[in-house]
Amino acid sequence: MAIHEKSLIRPENISSHEKKIVDGIDVSGDWSTFIHTRVVTDYNENLEEEIAALPGGEYIHRCWQCGSCTNSCTVNAENPDFNPRYWIYLIRVGMEEELLRDKDIIWQCVSCNKCTSACPRDVFPEGVMKATAHWMELKGHTPPSHSTIFDDVFTEQVIKHGKIEDGEVLKDFLLKTKQPLMQDWIVQMVKQMIKGFPVMSLMKMGWATIFHPKTKNWARASDAIKEHIAEEHAAQRKALGLDSAE
Amino acid sequence: MTILIDKEVRKAKYKKVAYYPGCALEGSAQSYDKSTRAVSKALGLELVEIKDWNCCGAMEVKNVDPEIQTYLSARVLSEAQHKSKQDVVMAPCNGCYHNLKKAEYDLENKDKSRAVTEKISKKAGHETYKAGDVETIHALDWIKFGYGEEELKAKIKGGLKGLKIANYYGCMYTRPRHIFPEKDQGRDSESTSKPHYMDDLLAIAGAENVEFPLKTACCGGAHTLSDSDMSTKLVLNILQAAEAAGAEVIATECPTCHSGLEMHQIRALKRLSKKTNVKVIYFTQLLGMAMGLSPRKVGLNFNISDSMKFVKEKGIA
Repeated sequence: MAIHEKSLIRPENISSHEKKIVDGIDVSGDWSTFIHTRVVTDYNENLEEEIAALPGGEYIHRCWQCGSCTNSCTVNAENPDFNPRYWIYLIRVGMEEELLRDKDIIWQCVSCNKCTSACPRDVFPEGVMKATAHWMELKGHTPPSHSTIFDDVFTEQVIKHGKIEDGEVLKDFLLKTKQPLMQDWIVQMVKQMIKGFPVMSLMKMGWATIFHPKTKNWARASDAIKEHIAEEHAAQRKALGLDSAE
Repeated sequence: MTILIDKEVRKAKYKKVAYYPGCALEGSAQSYDKSTRAVSKALGLELVEIKDWNCCGAMEVKNVDPEIQTYLSARVLSEAQHKSKQDVVMAPCNGCYHNLKKAEYDLENKDKSRAVTEKISKKAGHETYKAGDVETIHALDWIKFGYGEEELKAKIKGGLKGLKIANYYGCMYTRPRHIFPEKDQGRDSESTSKPHYMDDLLAIAGAENVEFPLKTACCGGAHTLSDSDMSTKLVLNILQAAEAAGAEVIATECPTCHSGLEMHQIRALKRLSKKTNVKVIYFTQLLGMAMGLSPRKVGLNFNISDSMKFVKEKGIA
């Protein structure tokens, strides 16, 4: 029998009574805490297959719910709602609505790979987290997260030039996410950075921002990468039953 | 798989290696590049920079397409093998090191990775890299085995004078375990749960390594900008744990960790009013100074975490 633990014990799903007599026995107070009888009908039977069709989600079927992932998780230690084991469980039984409750935090996986190292079943939970975050965005449940925007800005530069220039990535990311460039801590950081910098290095860094570092003979690789990504993304949308247009 | 190769064999093999600095060491981590080259020169280990290297994809490209990330690393390995004619690649950056190792694992174990890498390599017009042709090592392996610990002892001039150091390795040097088959093999091999290669080298250089429980904790580097509040919290944990352990310096061996610690040390002060004084210095910088190289020679002035005055007070420089 499936145990939908979290949903069962949420305050709104628990009934308790100040005064309760059952079969002539006084069960007032904590004894009167009951779980409502319920019928779950809104399963998405394709959910596991959809996640498995996205990169990183391939091995979700191996999970036996030991909880090593959540137990070792960096983000879980900061936010107990971040629970990879639970999400893998929900995906495997198809409880989409319950999964969607956490749609705004799943992207926060920091890819530290503690879960992947701890997992005794080689589920590669880090990949499952990425696949699930992408699924949320592809299905339109969430807008692209800051993490996705950063990945895109970064990857765009790699495809274009073969290399990245960190100042440019920072600038593009802040512009795309509508954040000010002059944040107090960034200003302080730059101040401390240039204090010890020799003039020549500053000029070199300025030069790098204008004349982006590039890999020689990159054009053909760049085209082949673009072509491959377009094919893959089209196949992923198809697997999720979405239109081919992004 | 060559797991416990003879020390003498490794020493001969690592004497001259292909050098893959990567984007960070060309940009925000110039001091790591500078100090790696300075140490290489001082120890007489030869570095052949890979011609026309490209980005390994860092922690971002895999989220757009993991097979492209594998291809990017495979191209670097192919350049090292066919253009630079080397069979060992040394990457000081944990991101680069991790991705080359990951590509090696994927190309060994996954049909799709092999197919995609072959397809794109052909279209791009270069040799396809095959798993097992090149050995990827970290700067730590390179110094520990390429130069040798006994030999290093003789090279220390002045040393680190009992400087209290917390050795911080981060995530990508040890996780996931699958991509590091040579680790956790007992004596002389690196441990994925309690790494010690940096501790070993800095102890030889005269440091007093503190018992540091967060050696392989995560700094939130992948989301350093996209989820800054989380990164600041994670970094603050590391800085405070290091100080609680009695450390004056956190030694780093990864540019993402290093800049993350420096950036969020400032951000923690600005946003959370949490001040920490522990210095953040690359292990190559510490090693270089222990061998008598000047702070400028190892690029200490390039660090955001200002430790020029500190090393003078400690009598290290």
